[in-house]
Amino acid sequence: MPTMNPTDLRQRIVRNMVESRCLDEQLILLQRHGLSPFWTGGPGEEAFNSSLGALLRVGRGPEFDFLLPHYRSSAIALMAGEKSIDFIRQMLGRQSDPYSYGRNFANHFCNAERNLGPVSSPVNSQFVFGLGTARAQLNSSGITVVVAGDASTHQGDFASLLLWSTRPHNPLPILIVITNNRIGISTPYETQHARPHIVDRAQAFGIETAMVDGLSVDECTNALKHAFDYVRTERRPYFLEASVTRLFGHSSASGAKRDPSAEDPLDRESYPSHWRMEIQERLQQEVEQVKLEPPADGISAESYVWGSSRQWPQSLKQYD
Amino acid sequence: MATIAQAIRLALHYAERELGVKNIFGQDVGPPLGGAFTMTQGLDSAWNTPLDERGIVGTAAGLAMMGQTSVCEIQFGDYIFNSIDLLRLIGTTCWSTRGQFPMPMVLMTPVGAGNRGGIYHSHSIESILSHLPGWKIVIPSSSRDAYGLMISSILDGNPVAYLIPKALSFCPGELLDGEPDDLKKRINAPLDGRSNWTPDWPACDPFSIPLGKLRIRTAGDTLTLASYGRMIQVIEMALQKIPQDRIRDRVELLDLRTLVPLDLEGIVTSVRKTGRLLIVNEDSEQTNFGEHLLRKVREKAPPHVATLLAARHLPGIGLSQQLEDYTVPTVEQVQRQIEKMLPS
Repeated sequence: MPTMNPTDLRQRIVRNMVESRCLDEQLILLQRHGLSPFWTGGPGEEAFNSSLGALLRVGRGPEFDFLLPHYRSSAIALMAGEKSIDFIRQMLGRQSDPYSYGRNFANHFCNAERNLGPVSSPVNSQFVFGLGTARAQLNSSGITVVVAGDASTHQGDFASLLLWSTRPHNPLPILIVITNNRIGISTPYETQHARPHIVDRAQAFGIETAMVDGLSVDECTNALKHAFDYVRTERRPYFLEASVTRLFGHSSASGAKRDPSAEDPLDRESYPSHWRMEIQERLQQEVEQVKLEPPADGISAESYVWGSSRQWPQSLKQYD
Repeated sequence: MATIAQAIRLALHYAERELGVKNIFGQDVGPPLGGAFTMTQGLDSAWNTPLDERGIVGTAAGLAMMGQTSVCEIQFGDYIFNSIDLLRLIGTTCWSTRGQFPMPMVLMTPVGAGNRGGIYHSHSIESILSHLPGWKIVIPSSSRDAYGLMISSILDGNPVAYLIPKALSFCPGELLDGEPDDLKKRINAPLDGRSNWTPDWPACDPFSIPLGKLRIRTAGDTLTLASYGRMIQVIEMALQKIPQDRIRDRVELLDLRTLVPLDLEGIVTSVRKTGRLLIVNEDSEQTNFGEHLLRKVREKAPPHVATLLAARHLPGIGLSQQLEDYTVPTVEQVQRQIEKMLPS
């Protein structure tokens, strides 16, 4: 990433938080207006996610960082260079949706050119996929960043990640991030976890851990910088648990209404009042533009079922 | 003549040397064992994983996301079920990411009955896998096909389930191109001295066999037999029990070799000629891949007579020989069915 003085970087992070929030608010409106069947996203996680996105080494291949996100990670993607209009395209199921060709839910982004792995609705799969992306990075300087929510750690794949990433003599360069909003859909954290913090489980595997206030840009930036540096240098896993909030519930299935008891990370920031208005106006224009773009249809549904074959060596005999 | 196990080993050795495969892994896949069925003995890229199928499948998927084709093994097909949603996700990923993340990987696993594996070492899983879009399904029945199809699977660029009929793993097979007489001595690890053993890889001539193309084992004009995997051997044994003048030039045995993509045209061409179709496999009969096959053939070339001979739909295949014989098609059952369908 380009060198930037700390003040500029902080401003960029906060601007990204506002962009991400305005985008999610716009997507929620589209769902409420019946233009899309479903919304889920990450309001409440923007401070942490924007800080994380700022530290990613963005590019394609093992020399760059590989992100395996979850569906509350869109602020990371925006910080890494993705554009809001493409999230709108996905939300409205357009052929122009670069992430999924109109096939997937909102905030299920991906971009192979930036090593942004696909968001998967079945949560926790990123834990085991990260074992492979990190293995591919063993002899490079890139690292894998796996992001999931606290409820995802209920699944066995979480144990697989901790076990496989710490095999003796074979540690993997993975930054494991759990954004803990202390609720899984409607089930409170306290009713399912015996330990107060998820880092406790990582410590049992000898993994270096830290906890951070995920609503504080400064604390997130510092904690993430340490975490990235550790994994990049030591080529071992590091575990960071960020306490975050869930401002609009799990998804549109639960109404996507503002939870008045949840603290908003943007309330801790002061930023120019015109930012919101500028972003909202631009997003509204982008919505109108996307509405004119053709929706994904039955013909497009048949494409991309299969990938292309690899280069066939010329010396290889081919029999029938 | 190479066995299927040796053929796979040789193909994987070529793949790690020439095709850029850096990771061949699974439970007991690395030294000293080299796989429960020895498919990975002596390979430089073979390594042992935790006993964790989801970790194995997930690692292959992650490598694929990075553009690296790997070969992973689930020790028995019976143990794949805890990974079924990952397999679903992997098969969907190319499609749901607009082609950004094709998932080149080979998942190999021994399947089928025939060696009294009991309830959890005898499953056939091809029908279940065939419900997962985005996966190709390969099941060789001979060493030449095992070699050539493995090479094609690795080069395919998509997720490929490579199913190994375990009961055929160590049967003498066909000669590979450039295979030396002393193959066994050179690439089979000794049972009592694996720790210091290194293979002496022969310079076999590499070749591929395309996915989606069936093999006509014997040609005939009266009855089409469509099968794959271990049942090919069972059918050949059944045919030997029938008077040769009754079957010579009359029975056409098709080894499908790959189920996805399916060589439907090859089957239809045969059925148009014979008008009779017998499909044989050892998966349980309920919602069997053969039922799908029957429908596809009927749409294109309705045969006069067509049926499926498959395993009974029971909770499992029992341990005793009698239970296995009761559950999966036997040589005698196949023989009777062929004789019944052949006009006198």
